[in-house]
Amino acid sequence: MNFKLKIWRQTSINTSGQFVNYEAKEIPKEASFLEMLDIVNESLIRKNEEPIAFDSDCREGICGTCSLVINGIPHGKGKAKTTCQLYMRRFKDGETIWVEPFRAAAFPILKDLTVDRNAFERIIESGGFISVRAGSAPDANSVPIGKVEADLAMEAAACIGCGACVAACPNSSAMLFVAAKLSHLGILPQGQPERQRRVVNMVHTMDEQGFGNCTNHYECEAVCPAEISASFIARLNRDYAVYTAKEAATVA
Amino acid sequence: MSTIATVPDSKTPSGPLEQKWEQHRAESKVVSPANKRNFDVIVVGSGLAGASAAATLAELGYGVKCFCFQDSPRRAHSIAAQGGINAAKNYQNDGDSVYRLFYDTIKGGDFRSREANVYRLAEVSALIIDQCVAQGVPFAREYGGLLANRSFGGSLVSRTFYARGQTGQQLLLGAYQALARQIGLGTVKMFSRTEMLDLVLIDGHAKGIVVRNLVTGEISSHAADAVILATGGYSNVFFLSTNARGCNVSATYRAYKRGALFANPCYTQIHPTCIPVSGSYQSKLTLMSESLRNDGRVWAPKTKGDNRPPAQIPEAERDYYLERKYPSYGNLAPRDIASRSAKEVCDEGRGVGPGGLGVYLDFAEAIQRSSEKTIRERYGNLFDMYYNITGENAYKAPMRIYPAVHYTMGGLWVDYNLMSSIPGLHVLGEANFSDHGANRLGASALMQGLADGYFVIPYTLGNYLATQMGEKTSSDRPEFKVAEEEAQRQTHKLLSIKGKKSAAAFHQELGLLVWEKCGMTRSKKSLEEALQKIPALREEFWENLNVPGSSQDFNQNLEYAGRVADFFEFAELMCLDAYERNESCGGHFRVEYQTKEGEALRNDDEFCHVAAWGFNGVDKRPTRNVEPLVFEKIKPAQRSYK
Repeated sequence: MNFKLKIWRQTSINTSGQFVNYEAKEIPKEASFLEMLDIVNESLIRKNEEPIAFDSDCREGICGTCSLVINGIPHGKGKAKTTCQLYMRRFKDGETIWVEPFRAAAFPILKDLTVDRNAFERIIESGGFISVRAGSAPDANSVPIGKVEADLAMEAAACIGCGACVAACPNSSAMLFVAAKLSHLGILPQGQPERQRRVVNMVHTMDEQGFGNCTNHYECEAVCPAEISASFIARLNRDYAVYTAKEAATVA
Repeated sequence: MSTIATVPDSKTPSGPLEQKWEQHRAESKVVSPANKRNFDVIVVGSGLAGASAAATLAELGYGVKCFCFQDSPRRAHSIAAQGGINAAKNYQNDGDSVYRLFYDTIKGGDFRSREANVYRLAEVSALIIDQCVAQGVPFAREYGGLLANRSFGGSLVSRTFYARGQTGQQLLLGAYQALARQIGLGTVKMFSRTEMLDLVLIDGHAKGIVVRNLVTGEISSHAADAVILATGGYSNVFFLSTNARGCNVSATYRAYKRGALFANPCYTQIHPTCIPVSGSYQSKLTLMSESLRNDGRVWAPKTKGDNRPPAQIPEAERDYYLERKYPSYGNLAPRDIASRSAKEVCDEGRGVGPGGLGVYLDFAEAIQRSSEKTIRERYGNLFDMYYNITGENAYKAPMRIYPAVHYTMGGLWVDYNLMSSIPGLHVLGEANFSDHGANRLGASALMQGLADGYFVIPYTLGNYLATQMGEKTSSDRPEFKVAEEEAQRQTHKLLSIKGKKSAAAFHQELGLLVWEKCGMTRSKKSLEEALQKIPALREEFWENLNVPGSSQDFNQNLEYAGRVADFFEFAELMCLDAYERNESCGGHFRVEYQTKEGEALRNDDEFCHVAAWGFNGVDKRPTRNVEPLVFEKIKPAQRSYK
């Protein structure tokens, strides 16, 4: 298969970028999208040109490293998959493909198609955990958890932290990412003691890091590789409303 | 035979096996809280072992610096583990115990691991589950609200805890969140997108590392009172493996070049059920859970070169070779046997799919017996994954599978305190050699990584640090400058060759060579060939490599070339170890040493030992040191799966 590529090239965080045309030739239809880019990069190295920088690691859809906006869609077309799990047989021979980095003010572009997602780290560091020192835990079966709750927590915990939700949102909101972590920990009994401070701190950090608000476009849910439900955002909003009101009342 | 020397003392405590760890903890030195504040510890790697160690040491009051090459510590390759984590909780009341888990692990490792280490692993396994549940790891549960278990290969009891097919991800997120908490508190300083280039020794002790910031290209030094490597395994020496693309041997190999002994590098594990290679463009292999073999039947055509579609091959012309050769275990034969049998069939020219490197895993009978719905409930996500990658519907036609490398049991030699042969350098998780012997059982890797990080190193690190009071090191020492300059030189060398071939092309060539000569089966002849070809290929690498771009930049090809350079040296060590181990055990199968049924034939008289290699220079033969393995509790026996 052959493709015409329009790929975003940008030398560093401090420069502006532009789309550059490339030809991808004789690509096997069994190749993944990233393997197609590998082939293009090999041809660039042979011509002594600088290869296209893009992030990837596990290449099986779980680590959350790969990104890319392909023909306008974070992780490309198709449901519930990351870019590394997108295969070329899904494209038409001769098709023109636009490839861009995830775009958001909170995710500065480092080079070409790679972005800095450290803003997500700051959010987790501000409260995305249960404080438990190694060695201090009670027996694992001492607190039974209903299967329905445990399964719901697992659905929220499945988030791979890739940032596609932010890239898809017209407001560059990180609400789905934050709501997933707050729901995972907030549903479980172990997460109750810190629930209030977790919600307030993580939401404040999210705002500080420059992510926008949620205005119910549901684009995040549509592109999420882990199929995190937008209904977790409702849970976040409810907790945030209750806890900020509580805090205001305490101050008053 | 090369020189034989004896490795340093393993520091295995004396006394009965069941009391060694308790006694060791009682006798271990404890650093006072006031002094802990004055000690800095470097942790390289942020997978299960690294993240759990960094978080736990920070909780204890040490100052920690943690490094990873990924853009976030949450992305370390532990995240990809699917199946589960073993623990001797005996929640199923089915007769499990610390002793049984210990016994299964020793036997699974084909009697090539250290009894005391494995017993300790089994002892602390239960604590890991408590810790993870308290952190919010959403393990599978029963309707009554208690934890669910499943059974796994190599065991007669149900002791595996799991979180859907994402157990590694959920355990890593637990450890990552504990680490993130410490980063937020300022007790851990995190360096992401930062790669270790060298280990720095001062007066013979590991006192720091040299790193490269992968975004800016800046090379810098970090000093500490102790260094911990938790940098994973070396499966990617084979180019194609189930490991993430970034996984590499560089940190442990460079520590080896600085004097740390490298133990049993020839012990590699090949997983039987992966999606086969479809072409030379392929960048990695994908594992399909072993659980599929519960319902799938493995077969290949009886006739060579039979390339009819599987549906047109009549029953009588199919060879269900595992059922034929292993009537009692059948399709559930252990990993090493199932892998080798698939290779044999393909070597005979009976393989299927592109390149003839594949066999069928057929669900037709299972679908007929139960229903497509039942199979979908059990394995739906795996069938979807298979469809997504291959475009083939495995409900209608059999899957094609082939073995692939996915874990390495060898690693840096460590003593009972997890300290390497370099004082101050500690090694955790897959990066060390200690617990899995010659073969790792399913659901044991996650257990070992977290055991080392949460429950072993926090106790044993004090034994070293207590000897280092008042010995503060700074990165201003000349040793750091020397190492930095060496790292700069290597970087410039890689960039200045300006040859014709990419790092990927060289890596692929090396990988194929070691896969063929030192993969599922090895022989004296194949290893001799590998040992002859690797140095020649390495020479070509240093003459004909092309790395575009500069060193003062985000240069992914430069990172990659550095890792491939280390694989080129390491590959030779791995083949040499395989060559010198004149026996078959676990994942190391030498064709000259097999029973008449084709099983691995150990040689306990001559090889019941750890081979720990010492570096003598790139083109010089390393020294083969030997640590005898003493079995006080269990008598080594021949494994049988008939």
